[in-house]
Parts: sequence; structure tokens; C-alpha cells
Amino acid sequence: MGAEWFKETLTDSRLHDALWRQFLFSGLVLLIEMPLGVGIALLMPRKGWGVSASLVTLALPLLIPWNVIGTIWIIFTRPDIGLFGAAINNLGIAFDHTASPLHAWITLMFMEVWHWTPLVALLAYAGLRAIPEAYYQAARIDGASAWAIFRYIQLPKMRGVLTIALLLRFMDSFLIYAEPFVLTGGGPGNSTTFLSIYLVKIAVGQFDLGPAAAFSLIYFLIVLLFSYLFFQALQNVGKGEDR
Amino acid sequence: MAKIEMQEIAHSYMAQPKGPDDYALKRIHHDWDDGGAYALLGPSGCGKTTMLNIISGLLRPSEGRVLYDGRDVTDLPPEKRNIAQVFQFPVLYDTMSVFNNLAFPLRNRGVDETEVSRRVREVADILDLTPFLKKKAAGLTADAKQKISLGRGLVRSDVAAILFDEPLTVIDPHLKWHLRRQLKQVHEQLKLTLIYVTHDQIEALTFADQVIVMYEGEIVQVGTPQELFETPKHKFVGYFIGSPGMNFLPCVLEGDAARVNGHKIPLDGETAAAGRSKTGKLELGIRPMYLTVHAEPVEGGVPVTVKLVQDQGSFKILTLGLEDHVLQARLPEEHPVPSDNAWVTFPVDRAKLYADERLVG
Amino acid sequence: MNSKLKTAVLIFYFILLLLPIYWMLNMSLQTNADILGGFSLYPSDPTLQNFTKILTDESWYSGYINSMIYVTMNTLISLFTALPAAYAFSRYRFIGDKHVFFWLLTNRMAPAAVFLLPFFQLYSTFNLIDTHIAVALAHCLFNVPLAVWILEGFMSGIPREIDETAYLDGYSFPRFFIMVFIPLIRAGVGVTAFFCFMFSWVELLFARTLTTTEAKPIAATMTRTVSATGLDWGLLAAAGILTIVPGALVIWFVRNHLAKGFALGRV
Repeated sequence: MGAEWFKETLTDSRLHDALWRQFLFSGLVLLIEMPLGVGIALLMPRKGWGVSASLVTLALPLLIPWNVIGTIWIIFTRPDIGLFGAAINNLGIAFDHTASPLHAWITLMFMEVWHWTPLVALLAYAGLRAIPEAYYQAARIDGASAWAIFRYIQLPKMRGVLTIALLLRFMDSFLIYAEPFVLTGGGPGNSTTFLSIYLVKIAVGQFDLGPAAAFSLIYFLIVLLFSYLFFQALQNVGKGEDR
Repeated sequence: MAKIEMQEIAHSYMAQPKGPDDYALKRIHHDWDDGGAYALLGPSGCGKTTMLNIISGLLRPSEGRVLYDGRDVTDLPPEKRNIAQVFQFPVLYDTMSVFNNLAFPLRNRGVDETEVSRRVREVADILDLTPFLKKKAAGLTADAKQKISLGRGLVRSDVAAILFDEPLTVIDPHLKWHLRRQLKQVHEQLKLTLIYVTHDQIEALTFADQVIVMYEGEIVQVGTPQELFETPKHKFVGYFIGSPGMNFLPCVLEGDAARVNGHKIPLDGETAAAGRSKTGKLELGIRPMYLTVHAEPVEGGVPVTVKLVQDQGSFKILTLGLEDHVLQARLPEEHPVPSDNAWVTFPVDRAKLYADERLVG
Repeated sequence: MNSKLKTAVLIFYFILLLLPIYWMLNMSLQTNADILGGFSLYPSDPTLQNFTKILTDESWYSGYINSMIYVTMNTLISLFTALPAAYAFSRYRFIGDKHVFFWLLTNRMAPAAVFLLPFFQLYSTFNLIDTHIAVALAHCLFNVPLAVWILEGFMSGIPREIDETAYLDGYSFPRFFIMVFIPLIRAGVGVTAFFCFMFSWVELLFARTLTTTEAKPIAATMTRTVSATGLDWGLLAAAGILTIVPGALVIWFVRNHLAKGFALGRV
């Protein structure tokens, strides 16, 4: 019985589509959020009231329950009554994320980047602040450029926090459910049906619990494998490196 | 190599300092001679590090000028001053090899690769780092790391001075001695001006030709280790240098003698004369090793009670009570120790007089 | 980049970031009919009725109190468990340490639903269903590993020489840990506290399933806004605005720790 479920799961072409979609989504999320978050952390002030203002502002999107985020973005992106939708329509683009897969993806990416980049930025900022002042002083004496300081002091010293940020963002984006489910419901068509949405469709919608269980296990193993690869890669960055 | 002059330097970390208490450094005027080995000695928070950072250019002083060989560098950033600075904790570029760490300052200045390689090997040779050149800097021991920090300064052919900010704090005690000797060798070999900040008097006294003692943002004395010990110019120097520190007794002048609780202690005529012209609070100071302790009453001896005897191996420290005052005396190991009551005398040439904490005469 | 340009770019980003929040605020000050009636940049006829409803109806505001109780418990438990664990990972080498360290995180990799049944059975046995501590402990499942990870990252950045110097200076381990070490990584402790708070605050599945009435969280109450007449957008937006407040206060309190740079050497 069990082997059948795995076979069924592994040959399901809709699952393959959902899987590639998921990889594309998580890949884009990491490519955008990691550099953006680090960049913002570097721009943030180091003292004064601007520090508090920046920190509190960054925290806001993270604190809203995920189901509420999707709901708010439904209105926010409506072309008729939402700021985001109306603004894009005013640019002369007929924006409608419920009809166009591309628009749905763009909307989801915006929401995702808006929601989670602050997490990367907060971690990176705390990481930057933990670099002892003596490193910057030594770099000044050595005549290091801003780029050299970033490359040889800030980036290596942020490796720990960036590993966490990368793994968290990978895992959470790969397991994403509530926000796209509320905002697009996986559509239009299946264009935003990510793995977890598809899993719930099989388990709850079609009540195919056997294949769903097999699916869950494969799902977990994929997350595990990639997290492990990221972890190993980041552990070894800089170990064999030399210029 | 350069002579470094600090002209009327003062520094405050506040934007608008109000009184003298707001200054971390109060009017410093001092010249560091080319090729000299200096130690900057003082307790935490006395302004040593501030002074060092002003010399290296990490800080711009609120007032005054810094000259290198007569050239005003007050507004020059540290990378333009050709300074090497070694910090309390090793600062390394962890991801780079030792070679690349040493090459970093040269590459930042666009020096060509063959010259970089030649300089790095030269410096690695001086510091015994050659076997580690290919290794990652991160995995080395603390003393090797500190040598790399030093090496990053030395690779530049035109280094004006090397500044050390308590560089031995993290080094194992048994390696301290070794590293200190190596620093001294580097100094002799390269004839660099060397400024060494520390709060450890032994480190300062063994290392430097000239010791600058700082206290609350001021230089209180400059001198050879010998001078600091024999004639402390400020009570603080007396306390801080020597173990145990100098004894101080409040006194009044009476002719050519100081009177402590009714006991007359003779002073030399010049000191007493100078003391009479002062109005501040007077104190008599004497090093514990110069106090003479007698088991029997002697002519001019001040009666004291023996409170505590500590055997330090090659010498003994006696804690003596002179009514409400406490004195410490240092006796050679073989010297008999009186029990309970003793009499102390103050050799005239060793007894110093202080008015308002500063040496008189 | 010069500092003016830096500030300008940062402010531009923050404006973009605040737009959806502003829209939520805008919605929260309108009636459902006004929201759906047409586009307006600001509430033309502002009303506080949504907020009044939440703050006066016990089934609403008790949700906030419940959430705050178990989230605070969880943050404290997570921090106090993770601090020593992270120190061990950052300072001691033992066989398989890297692997154990990685496997800690696998709790976050499986869909949370997988853990739901075991927790439910365990808590039923001990009569912990519908208590605050039940949710707080369940959230430790993902928050403790996270806290260990973040803290370890910061601790590894502190040179080992600091520890050794402190011992030479005669510090005992507990005194060193509390007086010297933790202050050095306060940025890390601050960010960890915030993240534990945040992830526990927005978690819905455990919080909803393991509670019924006594410890029911705000996020669960919010799902009630779906009624026969459809979603009450204004009420939901108002609840959303109010869910931000406690977390914003937390980050306000830890902001000085987060932003604290440190100078090595003041041991």
C-alpha cells in the first residue's frame, strides 16, 4: 500500500509543477530578501533617535498574524479600492492579480518581500552592531576601502546571523501557506499553488490521506536536504578561501 | 620614523564641554622622540587610550595640534599617518591567510605584488611568522595573532611609530615574557618610535626607556623607571609604582622637621624651606623599603605597633600602626622582625614632602 | 555613499514598508460599507467603532491578554533554555556537535500539523489543554532551537580570549557569564527576545488547537470576523493594528540593547 502512495505521489505531474513553482518562489525570495535586508542594515543609523524609529518600523510587518496579512493585502491590491492596485492601474497597467498569473506572482512577491525582508534586516543589523569597534579602527589604520571593510570584516562577522536568516527564509518560504492561500487561493488556475497548498488540497479537498502522507514525508525531506546543503555551504565559506 | 609632538592637546567626548571634568584629556603637551621606547602608564579611565587614539588619528583632538616631524597631521586620517597600532584584543581578518593579513595594508595602497610579497616575507621573518604564512589567521594562538596585528603595521616601509594598547592582556603569562622580549628586539632592530599603553607597572618598567604616568587626564610624571621609583612627583605615582606603594602621612612643618602626631621627623633643609612656601595640605612620603625598622628604641625613632607580617619569599612586608595611621615597611628576608612594638626612622634623603599631592622641592 | 543619500534611500524604503500598514489603519477607521464603497486615500468619515468593539467586548480583548501571557512565558522559557545551550555550542567541541546543532532546527522544517496530535495527546494526559503554559511550551518546539541558533551566532563572534582573561581575573563561571558575557552579546539577546516573541505571537495552529476558551489567542478570535454577511474588513483591520502594538512595545524596550555596539576590553 505504502509504496503505491509514494509511486502515485512521485508521478503526479501537478505535484511536479507545484514543486518547480515552489523552488522558483523560494529562490526569488532568497535572491531578493537577503541582499536587500543586508543593504538596509548597512544603511541604518548607528546612534540617535533614528535607531529606535528604524527598529520599530522594521518590526511592524513581522508582528501581524499571517492570515491577517493575506486579508489586508486582498484589499490593498484591489484595483478599485486598494492603494497598491489603484497605483499600478494609474501607471496605465491593467492590474488584476485574480486574472493574470504574472500579476498574481508579482503581488505575492511584493507581499512576501514586504513581510519578511525586515527579518533579514533586523538580524543583519544586530550582527553588524556586534562587531567590536577595534575592527573598524584597525581597518582605518590599514587604509581599507568601504568595500574591503564590507568584504573582509562585516560579511565574515555576519556569517552566523546570515546563516540563520537564510535558513529561516528558505524554510518558511518553502512551507508558505497562509498568505498565498488567503490572497490568491492558489490561482488564477494553479499558477500560485505552492506545495503546501497542493498538499492541503489532496489531504482535505480530495481526502487522499495515503498519498498526502507520502507527500508530507517527501516534502520534509526536500526542506531538510536543502537546509542541510545551505548549512554546510555556509559553514565552509571562508574556510578554504584565499585570494 | 618620526618625532611626534603633541601641542596643547585637550580632548572631550562631549560636543560642548563645560568644565575641566568634561575633558578626558586636559592639556597635554609632550614630545615623543624619534626612536624612543615609551610606556604610557595609568589606571583604567585615565585617558591613556584617548591619547593613543589621538596620536594614531582615530580621534581628532578637541584642541591642540599633533605634529609628525614638524608636519601638522591633526586633520589627517589614520591611514595617512603611517602608524601601526596593536589593540588589546587581536584584530584579524579571519577569513584571510596570515600572508594576506600582512599584505592587506599594502594592497589597499596599491603596492605592486612583488613588493608586497618581499615586504611580507621580510616582516614574517622578523616576527617568526614564516611557518604560518599559508595558514588561516583565525586558527592561531593569541600571541601569534598579536604578532600579525603588529606585522600589519610593520609591513609599511615608512612606519612612523608603533602604538600598543595593552597588547599582552590576552597572552598567557608564560608567553608574555617571550613576546615582550620580541617586541623589544623589533624596536632595537627597526629603531621605531614605540608607545606602549599599559596599566601594569612591571610591563611598563621593563619595557620602556621613558615612562609617562597619567592620572585623570593629565600627565603627572615623565621619567625613567628609576626616577619614578626614587622621586615620585605626584602622590599617585608613589601609590601606583612599587609594591607595596609609597607611605603617606599627614604632617605639619616645624623648623626643618615634619611633625606627625607629635613625633618629629627630620627633613633636609631645602625640602623644608620649599615646604614652608606652600599653603596646601602637607604629607610626608616614604617608600616602604627605605623605612628603617628597629626592635629597640633609638634616637629619633617613632614608636609603632607591628600589626601584620607577610612573608613574600625574598622579603617581608610589615604592616605597622602609628597611632591612627598605617605604614608599610619592606624588610630583607634575613632582617629580624620585631614583635608587637618597634621603632621606625625615616632616612633624611629618602623622606619626601608633598603639598596638595605634588612633590615639594 | 554619503550619509544624506543613505538616509534618503532608507526613508524611501520605510515609506514603502509603511504603506500596507497605513492602509490597514485606514481600513480600521472605516465602516465595512465605506471600505468596499470606493477608493479613498484617507477615511472620509472616520469612526472608532471597530476599536470600541474590540476594546469593550470581552471575547475580543481577553484574546489579547491570553496571547500576551503565553507569549511572554514562551519568550522567557526560550531565552533561559537557549542561553546555556548556545554557550555550549559556541565554546565546546564535542563529537557530532555540528550535526546536533543542525538537527535542532529540523523542528521548524516539518509542517507544524505533524506535531499537533502528539502535543494534543500529551496535554490531554496532563490536563494542560486550554492553559497558557500549554501553548507556551508548544511554541518552545520551534523557538528554543531558533534562539539557540541566533545566540550561538553572536557568541561565536566573541573572542574566546575574553573568557580566558576573565578567568585569569578571578571571575567564577556564573559571574563571568552574567556580568561579562551576556552584556557583550546584548544585541543578540535583544534580537532573540524579539524573534521569540514575534514567532510565538503570530503562530496560529498550535495556539488555536490547544486552547478552547480560557487561553484562546487573539489570532484565533480574528477568524470569527467571517460571518454570514462576509468578512468584516474594518473590524479585522482594527484587530490587526492592535496586534502590532505589544510587539512594537517589545522592540521599543529592547532597542537600546539591539543597537548597542560594544568595545572589547572593558572586562
